[in-house]
Amino acid sequence: MTEITDITHPEIDTNEMILNMGPQHPSTHGVLRVALKLDGEVVTDLDCDIGYLHRGVEKICEHRNYQMIAPYFDRTDYIAAVSNGLCYVETIEKALALEIPLRAQYLRVILTELNRLSSHLLWLATHALDIGAVTVFLWAFREREELLKIFENFFGARLTCHAFRIGGMTYDAYDGFQAEVKDFCDRFPKRLEEYETLLNTNRIWLSRTVGIGIISADAAIDIGLTGPPLRGSGVEWDIRKAHPYECYADLEFDIPYGENGDTYDRYLVRMEEMRQSRRIILQALEKLPDGPIMAPKAPKVVKPSIGEYYHSIESPKGELGIYLVSDGSTQPTRLRIRPPSFINLQALRQMSIGHLVADVVAIIGTLDIVLGEIDR
Amino acid sequence: MLEYLFFFTAPTWFSSLPILKDYIDPMVLDYLVWPLVQIGLLLFVVLTLVAYLTLAERKISAWIQVRIGPNRVGPEGLLQPLADGIKLLLKEDLIPLKADREVFIIAPIIAMVAALVALAVIPWGAAWATISNIDIGLLFILAVSSLGVLGIILGGWASNSKYSLLGALRSAAQMVSYEVAMGLALIGALMFTKTLALQDMVITQERLHIWNILFQPLGFLIYLISGIAETNRAPFDLPEAESELVAGYHTEYSGFRFSLFFIAEYANMLIVSAIAVTVFLGGWYLPGLSYLFTPGSTFFVLASIGVFGLKTLALLYLFFWIRWSLPRYRYDQLMELSWKWMIPAALANIMLTATFLVLGQELALIVSQNNMLEISTLGYVFLISTAFIVTVPLTWIMLGQINKNSRDFNLREVQPLPMNRTINK
Repeated sequence: MTEITDITHPEIDTNEMILNMGPQHPSTHGVLRVALKLDGEVVTDLDCDIGYLHRGVEKICEHRNYQMIAPYFDRTDYIAAVSNGLCYVETIEKALALEIPLRAQYLRVILTELNRLSSHLLWLATHALDIGAVTVFLWAFREREELLKIFENFFGARLTCHAFRIGGMTYDAYDGFQAEVKDFCDRFPKRLEEYETLLNTNRIWLSRTVGIGIISADAAIDIGLTGPPLRGSGVEWDIRKAHPYECYADLEFDIPYGENGDTYDRYLVRMEEMRQSRRIILQALEKLPDGPIMAPKAPKVVKPSIGEYYHSIESPKGELGIYLVSDGSTQPTRLRIRPPSFINLQALRQMSIGHLVADVVAIIGTLDIVLGEIDR
Repeated sequence: MLEYLFFFTAPTWFSSLPILKDYIDPMVLDYLVWPLVQIGLLLFVVLTLVAYLTLAERKISAWIQVRIGPNRVGPEGLLQPLADGIKLLLKEDLIPLKADREVFIIAPIIAMVAALVALAVIPWGAAWATISNIDIGLLFILAVSSLGVLGIILGGWASNSKYSLLGALRSAAQMVSYEVAMGLALIGALMFTKTLALQDMVITQERLHIWNILFQPLGFLIYLISGIAETNRAPFDLPEAESELVAGYHTEYSGFRFSLFFIAEYANMLIVSAIAVTVFLGGWYLPGLSYLFTPGSTFFVLASIGVFGLKTLALLYLFFWIRWSLPRYRYDQLMELSWKWMIPAALANIMLTATFLVLGQELALIVSQNNMLEISTLGYVFLISTAFIVTVPLTWIMLGQINKNSRDFNLREVQPLPMNRTINK
């Protein structure tokens, strides 16, 4: 991929400095290691080194029953555990051709959108922190805390929720769930405005994000970017609209997209996405029907028929897909995850070359990567 | 020589203390004992203040960020600086294996000493509250405080770490650039005070019954921005940008050596605010203070110290406020701000101020004699209004026009993008 093949050899005679960023670095969002080739402070080349968090989730899945696999997905993208869990259970339901009760569908949508909010809030917090706006970091965590409290009440866990079961939900909404979510949604736009007051027209923020890490729509599609990085480049692509799953087809929402494909556009896209998520949640709360939360036909022993299945959802980071090969037994023959962060990270080199070290940090932030998902 | 150096002799209450009066020669008392007492007091007060500035910063940042802040050590967390100090003292004295030992050890000391020496000439209050009033006071401070960068460069170099090196390089470039703007910004104020001795600057402002900021709004603004950059505070804290360079030049420092750098940073902040107060905000001079107390009396001096302290703390609060509100500049943008905006603006400020001063003299609104200015009422109106109505907007417009066509320092060719964009839905 890059010219840097061996960065450990001391005898390479070069005037350029090689700076090793990570894996223990405050702003590589985990254990990403980036080897930067610097000319002064200008990045002439860079190479990502991943795998410090590799746990072999895909291999583990081949030796577990289908029900036992679900918790592993909470630990790939631990920021958006609910979305990841949704992707897994939906894949299996697709393989089993299970019809999910309407109430479970709406609850799932509400919870995944809440999760999108919490994921985007964490992105905003760390992205702002990378660029130096420390206050935004703690303000965003204040809202995220409220969301995590809702999760805690619902699932009994804050981060690795293990939210859904194959065939529906384990728990129905607790008393006061609707009121709590509604209350949060009522307060949320004001909080978003607070962040935007600090950032949107701030000259320093603009000069740090406008024109940084530009990627054109064509290049973004070539690399396979999905999610906000793709939409920031002006491609109107959202799996919730393109291949609606759950009850998204019944809900009204817009897909925000930018035009310049720079860091500032991606920032605006995500901010708007949070507003749209709130809109979806309010609609789903309104429409939330009564009824069962588990499909009556949900099997005790999950045995999808022989075949290959692919299912993808729009996770907060982009298209999260699962490719499943089943041989008809209780364990998958092969389970492959298409992690959005991993593929979005591939754009880092193209985006960063020619920029300064400080911009690399901003670009890593704007790609919104999670190393648990990249390394799996 | 001694009279010259220590301009303000011991106050009567001190020299009339029974033991001192009987056993010590008045000459020794005035020029040795009293300065030593002053220095001891000053060091104690400043170092305590610096320690509590760290607590204030943590508390204020906590309030800004809807947190509580340190509240465990002592009542309301008031002993937190003590706990921090003890922790840093007790830490292992760590020197990286491949570091340049001697330079590594000496670097934080240089930074610290440079910061503390500058305290000597600051007029903390009227009369005997000043240690020394040398007539090159301002130049002395500029010279000594720019030595501090030496400590940072040496520390970054000696650490033998790439992050430290980058931090040190950034810091060197930054401090050299902003030193120029800072020095130039002060010149406008010097035209009114006609002296470099800091105590005399305050006395001049008292005599003219005005704070220089009214004559020099632009100069104050440039000085303040340069001062923040000079002390490596956010949004100019690039040398220690934790999200890029881990901790910049003090990445490899720990324990007490780290705390020396830390104290130096806060002491520098104190000095920058103190100079801003002295040169632009009238120092210890507060209108009406001389009516409350007899000038020269002990109470007057104490009150003047209080006034000076309050003004300095207000500026320090501004420093904190800025730090916790703004994102960080990028290195090239920082340089751009200095060379394209601050330095030209400071030069324009000098030119315009000089022009209006000469114009005022031609119009007989201002009289300059015996190296002193006499300004008539109309002269005040003239100078203040020209400063606010002409100097500031004119410089702003001029620089805006000049910089409109200047090339971006960013090395990647980027199409200029509109600033106000809407997101399609």
